[in-house]
Amino acid sequence: MRPLDTVVCVKVVPKPEEVSVDPETRTLDRARARSELNPPDMNAIEMALALRERHGGTVSLLSMGPPFAAPYLQVGLAMGADSAYLLSDRAFAGADTLATSYTLAKGIEKIGGWDLILCGEESSDGATGQVPQGIAEWLGASQITFATSLAVRADGRLVGEREIRGGHEVIAVPLPAVVSVKLGVNEPRFMDMERRHSAAPVTVWGAGDLGVDPAWLGFEGSPTAVGAVWQARTRERRREFLEGTPQEKGRLLAERLRALLAL
Amino acid sequence: MIPPAYGPEVASGLWVYLEQEAGRLEGVALELLGRGRELAAQKGTALTGLLPGHQVQDAARVAIAHGADHVLVADHPLLAAYSTEAWTEIAARLILERKPETLLLGATPNGRDLAGRLAVRLRTGLTADCTGLAWEEGTGLLLGEVTGFGGGVMASIKCAHHRPQMATVRPGIFPLPPPDPRRAGTIEEVSVALSPEALKAEVLRRVRQEGVDITRARVIVAGGRGVKGDFTPLTELARLLGGEVGASRVACDLGWIGRDRQIGQTGFVTRPWLALVCGISGATQFTVGIKDAEQIVAINSDPDAPIFEDADLCVMDDLFPVLEALIAELQRGTP
Repeated sequence: MRPLDTVVCVKVVPKPEEVSVDPETRTLDRARARSELNPPDMNAIEMALALRERHGGTVSLLSMGPPFAAPYLQVGLAMGADSAYLLSDRAFAGADTLATSYTLAKGIEKIGGWDLILCGEESSDGATGQVPQGIAEWLGASQITFATSLAVRADGRLVGEREIRGGHEVIAVPLPAVVSVKLGVNEPRFMDMERRHSAAPVTVWGAGDLGVDPAWLGFEGSPTAVGAVWQARTRERRREFLEGTPQEKGRLLAERLRALLAL
Repeated sequence: MIPPAYGPEVASGLWVYLEQEAGRLEGVALELLGRGRELAAQKGTALTGLLPGHQVQDAARVAIAHGADHVLVADHPLLAAYSTEAWTEIAARLILERKPETLLLGATPNGRDLAGRLAVRLRTGLTADCTGLAWEEGTGLLLGEVTGFGGGVMASIKCAHHRPQMATVRPGIFPLPPPDPRRAGTIEEVSVALSPEALKAEVLRRVRQEGVDITRARVIVAGGRGVKGDFTPLTELARLLGGEVGASRVACDLGWIGRDRQIGQTGFVTRPWLALVCGISGATQFTVGIKDAEQIVAINSDPDAPIFEDADLCVMDDLFPVLEALIAELQRGTP
């Protein structure tokens, strides 16, 4: 089995609980939200590093985002990734899944020599979960979505366990392949502070570096557009506390449930 | 813009992808036929079901009974189990040939696996994981309602120039339409040219438990870390209330109960009438899965548990004696 060269696609996202909708402008207020690496992407990085320990090869990180994403990629380098690339250009902004998957696929082609692409199953902000499949299509690669574990078989095929509705399945696909990784399938390792200082710098590429038609990028390249944005209705709850001994509370609750459900 | 495969001027008709397993249609496919029937009527257009699989003629008839006017059956022995390549190939060929205006898919794992791949092959827009569907007034464009940021923010998404306008829809959003076995519709067998070599993926093992569909439960009794591995009283309570047992991610991670009952951001988003939440602290990752419940009851021994902020009825106490008294009282009342 030859070494495995892996690219992990990661996204820097605002912490979901810190994003709100500005009631005046009806637009997203992300200004006060702190950022983080999208949680399932951390699991994808861990999976890539574990595969490298087993098969050798390299782990590269790739992200598309504003310049402030670079320090978050350094976190991944300090976890043990070999190199990191940031696709950053105003032309990339406002991309939907079609334009995003296209841009990332172009970045992967420019990195070159890859066997495996890992992504988190979905981002916590957009939550479409459709970009990994899109990358696989642009690159003509196999795909395993919602994977919980991965191994490379002796014949060089990639074997993955994936979630299906009401269960799971194990499938084998030829490399190269794109895999989306379920949140929480492993325990991402801690950063090595030594590595953090010695790690290679993040390589930044703009639209010009990718050699692409600007009309295929960002908002302009995206077939979908956001019509309206609003804050999710949070239902006001009664917060009524039942009092008494546990037995009395149980009996009171039974009465209430009977009334509610007309039992 | 990325050039579309075809545009609105040549597109017509509403299609629903009919996901099936062993010839049985997924619940969300039936839900989409119900909503699709209404959307097709509003547009005065036909509702077509797209049904790849093997030995799925019965499923085609079920689809007609649930609202389809026309079902395209792509039947082949190599379609006995879902695979990305075969499904994408068949769907893309039929869509490019017949040019539907809209394609709806259920946001199940395999529905999402297919939708993301197919949308790029067709060079079109995809609105993922919708919680609502409507035609925009004036333009007649499909408006997909989506949630982001863990469920806190909502948006409507549209696709102006590329066809088909694609959307995946979460299971459990639209009601199951009542079947009408006398409904008229046509079934069309389409030719399928597939060779085993064309299938990249081999399925080595498949495990599926049938039965539980927690997205459809009217009452959910959910347990978390606080049940300490013992779901027995919750199961009994769910039985008495005519509901299903659900669980937090922790309870599933610890192997106390199956993933098919996991509620929350990484599990199922449910819409029960009543959710009884036992021994779950109530982090956003969990509550996003029950926030649309009509009534929420929380039982927790921790006075600071955030679940009490999100509950209509709160019981701050040890779980087990409260449940014991509750169950005894309910049993007393049932003959």
